[in-house]
Amino acid sequence: MALHFELVTPERLVRSEEVHMVVVPGTEGDFGVLEGHAPLMSTIRDGNLEIYKTAGGNAAETIRIEGGFAEVNERGLTVLAERAE
Amino acid sequence: MASLKALKVRINSVKSTQKITKAMKMVAAAKLRRAQEAAEAGRPYAQRLEAVVASLASKVAIGPGSSPLLAGTGKDQVHLFVVATSDKGLAGAFNTNIARLARRRADELIAQGKTVKFYTIGRKGQAVLNRQFRSSMVHGIEPGDLGKLRFADARGYADDLIARFEAGEFDVAHLFYATFKSVLTQEPTEQQIIPVKIPAVPAGEAAVSAVTEYEPSEEEILDDLLGRNVAVQLFRAMRENAASEQGSKMTAMDNATRNAGDLIKRLNIQYNRQRQAAITTELVEIISGAEAL
Repeated sequence: MALHFELVTPERLVRSEEVHMVVVPGTEGDFGVLEGHAPLMSTIRDGNLEIYKTAGGNAAETIRIEGGFAEVNERGLTVLAERAE
Repeated sequence: MASLKALKVRINSVKSTQKITKAMKMVAAAKLRRAQEAAEAGRPYAQRLEAVVASLASKVAIGPGSSPLLAGTGKDQVHLFVVATSDKGLAGAFNTNIARLARRRADELIAQGKTVKFYTIGRKGQAVLNRQFRSSMVHGIEPGDLGKLRFADARGYADDLIARFEAGEFDVAHLFYATFKSVLTQEPTEQQIIPVKIPAVPAGEAAVSAVTEYEPSEEEILDDLLGRNVAVQLFRAMRENAASEQGSKMTAMDNATRNAGDLIKRLNIQYNRQRQAAITTELVEIISGAEAL
C-alpha cells in the first residue's frame, strides 16, 4: 500500500514518489495522509513536511516548505509550495 | 576604389565580428537549453494551480463579497499593461515584437476611450514604449538576466501589482510576453491577469472534487490562491520570456554569422581582383620599360 506523493514548486518538481505516509503542516493543524485518504484540500503554513517511507520505519525525512496548499485526491497527494528545501 | 591595405583591414574587422557573433550564438544555444528546461520544470505547478483555481472559482458564487482579484472592480476604464521584455538587445525582433503587440492593443483601447497605463519589466520594452506613451508609464523594473530570475522576484512584482490594484490605480491588468514555441518561433502573447480569467473546468474534474473537504473554507482557500496565482503567472511569463529571448538571440546571431561569412567572401574576391590588377600593372610597366631599351 503506497501513497503517490508529489511536491511541486514554481521552479521545479521536487518530489514524485511512492511513500507510506506524509504529514502535512496545514493551516488548521498538521494532518497525516495515508493511501486512500478522503479527498481534501487545505492551505498550508510554513513548516516541515514529514515523509515516512515505510510503515514500520520511524526515520522520517523532513522538508521545509513555505506557502501554498495541499490537495488529496484519488491519484494521491500533491503539495504545491512556494519554496521547498 | 579602396586600397589593398584598406580592404585587408576591412576583411579582418568583419572576421573578428563574425567570431563574436559565432561565440554569442554558442552561448545563446547553451543558455537556451537551460531556459527551456526551466520553463518546462515550472509547468506542472502552473497547470495544477490553474486547475484548482478553476474548479474552486466555479463553485464559489461571485458576489459583492468575493475578492476583487476574481470579480474585478466592476469597471474596465483603466487598463494596466504589464509588458515583460528583457534588459538586453541583440536578440533579433524579440523585444520589438512584444512592444509592438502592446502598442497595437493600447491604440485599440485608447480609441475606445479607455485609459492605458504601462508597467514595464525589462529596459528594452520600456525604451520602445517611452517614445509614444511617456506620460502613461507607471513603473519600470529592470530584472537583469532573465535566466537567473527566482520565484521570489516574481512574487515581489506581483505584490507590488496587487497593492496598486487595491489602491485603485487600475481596473484590468494585461500581461505581455513571448511564448516559446520553438527556436525559430516565439509568439508575442497577451494574457489578462487581473481579474483572473477563469478557465473552463473539464467536465470530469468537477464531479470528482464535489466530495472534497476544504480546510479552511472554499472562499478562504480561493482568496489565498488568487494572490499566489498572479505571481505564478508572472513567473511563468518571465520563464517563457527567458527561453524566447535565447531562442531569438540564437537565430539572430546565426544570421549575423552567415551574413559576415558572405561579406568576407565578397571582400576577398574584391581583394584578389585588385591584387591581380596591381600585379598586371607592374608587369606592363616592366615589359614596356624593357622594350624601350
